[in-house]
Amino acid sequence: MAVELDVFVGNTTIMDEEVYQLWLDGYTVNDAVKVRMEGGVLEECEASADVLLSDTMDQYRTFHMCERLLHSPTKLANQLLFQIPPHRQAILIERYYAFDDAFVREVLGKKLSKGTKKDLDDISAKTSVTLKSCRRQFDNFKRVFKVVEELKGPLVENIRQHFLLSDKLARDYAAIVFFANNRFETGKRKLQYLTFQDFAFCAGQLINNWTVGAVGKAHTFSCIDNLVDDMDVDLDKEFLQELKELKILITDKDLLDQHKSLVCTALRGKTKAFNEMEANFKNLSRGLVNIAAKLTNTKDVRDFFIDLVEKFIEPCRSDRWTAADMRLYLTHYTNSAHILDTFKHQVVWDRYMGVIKSCIFKMYHD
Amino acid sequence: MPGKLKAKIVAGRHLPVMDRASDLTDAFVEVKFGNTTFKTDVYPKSLNPQWNSEWFKFEVDDEDLQDEPLQITVLDHDTYSANDAIGKVYIDIDPLLCSEAASVISGWFPIYDTIHGIRGEINVLIKVELFNDLNRFRQSSCGVKFFCTTSIPRCYRAAMVHGFVEELVVNEDPEYQWIDRIRTPRASNEARQRLISLMSGELQRKIGLKVLEMGGNAVVGYLQCFDLEGESGLVVRAIGTACTLDKLTSGTPASNACNSPSKDGKESPLAHGCRSTHNSPVHSTCSSQRLSQNFSVSVPTLIFTGMGSGGSAGKEAGPLKTLLRQQTQTALEQREFPFFTLTSFPPGFLVHVGGVVSARSVKLLDRIHNPDEPETRDAWWEEIRQEIKSHAKALGCHAVVGYSESTSICEEVCILSASGTAAILNPRYIWGTLLARFEEQSPPSCGFCHIPYDELNMPFPAQLTYCYHCRRQKVPDVLFTTIDMPPEAAVTGKGCLIQARLCRLKKKAQGEVNATAISNLLPFMEYELHTQLMNKLKLRSMNALFGLHIQISVGENMLLGLASATGVYLTALPAPGGIQIAGKTPGDLNNEHHILTIQKRINDTIAKNKELYQINPPELTEELVGSPIPEPRQRSRLLRSHSESSDELSELDLSHGKKDAFVLEIDDTDAVEDIHSLLTDNSPPTGFYSCNTELMPGIYNWTSGVQMFTSVRVFRLIHANLTNQGLNKIFTDLCENLLKSFYFKLRSMIPCCLCHLNFTVAVPEEELIQVAVTAVAMTFDKDHSQEKSADKPTTKGCNETEEQLQFPLELCADSSSSNNQPSSKISGTASVDYGSFADRCSTWLELLRLKAHTIRRGSVKTSRRTQSLAHSGDHTHKYRTQFHNSVTVVKMTPLSFLPGTRIIKYLGIINMFFIRETTSLREEGGVSGFLHSFIAEVFAMVRAHVAALGGNAVVSYSMKECVLMENPNKNQAQCLINVSGDAVICVKETDQEPMPSTTNTGQTCSSGADGAT
Repeated sequence: MAVELDVFVGNTTIMDEEVYQLWLDGYTVNDAVKVRMEGGVLEECEASADVLLSDTMDQYRTFHMCERLLHSPTKLANQLLFQIPPHRQAILIERYYAFDDAFVREVLGKKLSKGTKKDLDDISAKTSVTLKSCRRQFDNFKRVFKVVEELKGPLVENIRQHFLLSDKLARDYAAIVFFANNRFETGKRKLQYLTFQDFAFCAGQLINNWTVGAVGKAHTFSCIDNLVDDMDVDLDKEFLQELKELKILITDKDLLDQHKSLVCTALRGKTKAFNEMEANFKNLSRGLVNIAAKLTNTKDVRDFFIDLVEKFIEPCRSDRWTAADMRLYLTHYTNSAHILDTFKHQVVWDRYMGVIKSCIFKMYHD
Repeated sequence: MPGKLKAKIVAGRHLPVMDRASDLTDAFVEVKFGNTTFKTDVYPKSLNPQWNSEWFKFEVDDEDLQDEPLQITVLDHDTYSANDAIGKVYIDIDPLLCSEAASVISGWFPIYDTIHGIRGEINVLIKVELFNDLNRFRQSSCGVKFFCTTSIPRCYRAAMVHGFVEELVVNEDPEYQWIDRIRTPRASNEARQRLISLMSGELQRKIGLKVLEMGGNAVVGYLQCFDLEGESGLVVRAIGTACTLDKLTSGTPASNACNSPSKDGKESPLAHGCRSTHNSPVHSTCSSQRLSQNFSVSVPTLIFTGMGSGGSAGKEAGPLKTLLRQQTQTALEQREFPFFTLTSFPPGFLVHVGGVVSARSVKLLDRIHNPDEPETRDAWWEEIRQEIKSHAKALGCHAVVGYSESTSICEEVCILSASGTAAILNPRYIWGTLLARFEEQSPPSCGFCHIPYDELNMPFPAQLTYCYHCRRQKVPDVLFTTIDMPPEAAVTGKGCLIQARLCRLKKKAQGEVNATAISNLLPFMEYELHTQLMNKLKLRSMNALFGLHIQISVGENMLLGLASATGVYLTALPAPGGIQIAGKTPGDLNNEHHILTIQKRINDTIAKNKELYQINPPELTEELVGSPIPEPRQRSRLLRSHSESSDELSELDLSHGKKDAFVLEIDDTDAVEDIHSLLTDNSPPTGFYSCNTELMPGIYNWTSGVQMFTSVRVFRLIHANLTNQGLNKIFTDLCENLLKSFYFKLRSMIPCCLCHLNFTVAVPEEELIQVAVTAVAMTFDKDHSQEKSADKPTTKGCNETEEQLQFPLELCADSSSSNNQPSSKISGTASVDYGSFADRCSTWLELLRLKAHTIRRGSVKTSRRTQSLAHSGDHTHKYRTQFHNSVTVVKMTPLSFLPGTRIIKYLGIINMFFIRETTSLREEGGVSGFLHSFIAEVFAMVRAHVAALGGNAVVSYSMKECVLMENPNKNQAQCLINVSGDAVICVKETDQEPMPSTTNTGQTCSSGADGAT
């Protein structure tokens, strides 16, 4: 005796969140049944393994049929095939677009191309995320990237509107898109200690402050409706050009000394790492200003994070600065520049250092 | 020129890509009615075309309006080659022809293609202007309302019930016409869909004419079926009950309108009772004869054989003059067929119930030569109905209620079946005026149990006692019926689904030999099914069955029998005796030990079931119970004709008439197996109940959680040499496993009850068994039911009203305490009733709260389930404001109501037939994937039609046909589905008057305003 056909269709589509997660995680039906059995659903409901298998198959089929709709979530809301209550739809979408931090960390900053897709088996082996799940996540990145690439207006808002994601997830996707677009290097060994969330935070800072869209936002920050014509995805070329002007802080000897003494005066007695700060000031300052000055080169943009780590974070770490030291130092370093009378680029400096400061704060950990 | 039909094509969305090069589509639309076709402009290069067409006007006869569907075809324009069809929408415009139903059809319809399924949606606007007085047109019957619901529709009052209407139309099946060899599968499927749509329209119109002739204005309990007879043709037939309905003004829904699902004796349809004649063994007469080309074997299954061997005579025979024992002759007896397809009735309608009557007949199909003269099929049904009528008479009844007809076809053999419940009705309703009233008005809650026949002339052996409720009238020991339990009936404990399942192998044969073999098997099958039912009933310590439905399905090498019913303990009937096991070979010690073990198991099971179903009848005070009535031996007098075989069978009489306990003899392995199978039925897991009637006896406090579902399973038998026993086991397991699956899937709804479980079995191919189930899971409030049953295990319905008054308030308190959401919030929102799931997703909801989107809006909502919903109440509220939903939520249920809501308008009948075919079965996920998406598509199309009519729910939904043919080797499959139901608008129950069964929080604190779309 064999079951030739076995279906169950509810007027309201029945979806079990546990099974959905197993499906998203790329489990086969049989593996999913095993997991569920271990989970103890059976005892709870006096059911048998057959029942579980049948239920799992039904659900997998349903998810499979829904997947097409999940690719363009706005369709899910006005399609007629499945009657799914709105809060369930939101869950379906949110989970479908959720990703594993371990996976995204591997792909972050890479080109979302066929080439990368071919490497997914390696990534799958390395992260122990199933290949199926890797593919889904990768395709999600790619899909979001493709859609927003052609859209104008604020990146996060676009993602949220087209994919109906939560604010948090939309921001994460914005980060992924931003990284993929600018091809930031994140895979180097020195950057391994950074999590996706560290990068996502930094991406948020860059998007909000260094892109063309950011300029508009700076003025009408509260008014999201103000659609800026340019994209959030590319850094503001004009701004990058202006950053070159900051070089004066390290090329002009007087200015450099003046800056140093201002910072040291402010810091003296406030931290145990004062001596190291004083000794390293010129190095550190050169590091930061050089990063700024080089950002007109695409190649150097890609190395932005590695440069931050090498030129600034690592020296500080080897001097055993605490996070509080870092905060103190960067605050005074930034503010002191305002007191330098011959330094005329206050606006650019603030725009640059505001981002650098928050990125470094975020990145300065073990 | 009685009517003008106007259609406007507004827009399309989600169209498929038809041009690979551009990834776009150049779509246009053809709108066709009758022979007139209009076209829209081509809307180039878009998947979301905005045609915004002019009004296309069709000037047509109202006869055509009734018969024809509006056909909308979406095509892709192609400059160089033929235009490609994207898909079609058929819209039945009948609902627009009745002033009380819908006035406009407007909405998004799925564009359906029989090969590809749903391909996008189209927005259409349709209106009808009728010019003349409808009744002057004799060929049309515009204005007659049709209802699938088998009770007087809520929000109407039955001024008069006229009685039975039937009609059938036949045609050649396009699939079997010569042209089918040269046309595409798509063309063939579309021809078939269109033909069936036309035939249904014609059928409905003809029935409407009959109703008008009778002076009625509506058909209730409309049951339409297709017989796909293959080579010999296509039959569409329908039966129903003609009524004159008055619309209740909205202010006074309470009278006898049955506007709520409750048990409140006043409002819901009155009951009818039933009593089973079924303990009597099957007496069968097989009369076979040749009628011209038609071979016919008639197998009456009840006591009386109807017309005996004169079987074919019946047609225009006029009123039957047979034994009329009943003194009260009513109008009914002058009617040809005093049948009623209703299963529940207005108060006072049903007086007594006699028992189940059924008849089956085996026919050989022959090509229908002249579609305009469907006489043969008419004659067949006529015969069967005469038989039913005479069975009813034998039970001292003048009417048959809960009447239904069905067929099972395999190749050229067709089994026609009809069944119903013999009853005595109050003549007042038939005449519309008060005629003779019955002298003694029996107490309302037990009257229907009282025997309608003369106790000295009992048609079958039964033990009569005085009614345990009123102590004045006689009642039988067991009662079987095909109707729903009368709401005022007093029950002890809860009811449960009882099924008898049976497989019988038969030799493969052709023609008459085959038909004879089948008709010989039928009586045995009925007998065994009844035995099983009786045993299972006793095992659960119950004494009555409601909603009994016996299906016998024929395949090439086997017959399947499935009897489903809802068992209850009627307080008015005596307590059932136990089951006693006896061995045939007393000498064998082993055996005796074995018997003792079995006996113990049985006793344990009975005890366990009593507890499970809370059956603890009040202690009897012996002196009140009248002495048993002398066993009426004279019964044989009434048996007019016996065949030889029936005499033999009567020896096997299930003689609970004489003994306290039911004795099962174990004399061979078969018997052991039988007992074994008796004990292997699983009871539902804690928190679940199940029944096949509208409502579960013993549960009164429904909340508004509703989940309708359809499930289909097909098993392939792979053992070459199966025995009857082996098959039985497989079949039983199949049904049991299905139930287990339901319980598992719906576990989040606990406490809940599966209502109206409707099983349909078929043998689509030699080694396949197909079981299709449609049912609805409904939540109820557990605490209340417990309280209730503890308080008063045996009270009758009328008192309950008062008791329940206090509950709603408590409920609010409960729900808010359990999840800290003020319940007042919930009430306002109530959009969809997905409550059962809501509690599991709160974290995600947190995330969602942050976003502001506009997708969903204003779905019509009805009601909300109390408990788990409270939880998500405020979330839902957010969604309502954030999401503007363009898709109306449409609830579906096989019941005639939705708990917690009130139906304010019936929009018309939904009767849809779809064919789906694939030549890429593997790619669609095999047969399961194929059928899964097809069923989902059918649901979607039903919902879209209802929403376009302005409705938000389908009641009395049923899937009447699900025929699946597959050929995995060719990677092909085809499936036909027929569904029907009543489109309605319902609003949350806001009546201040207590509805005992609808204790949703909504009613205490909400405004129903959001119910309107």
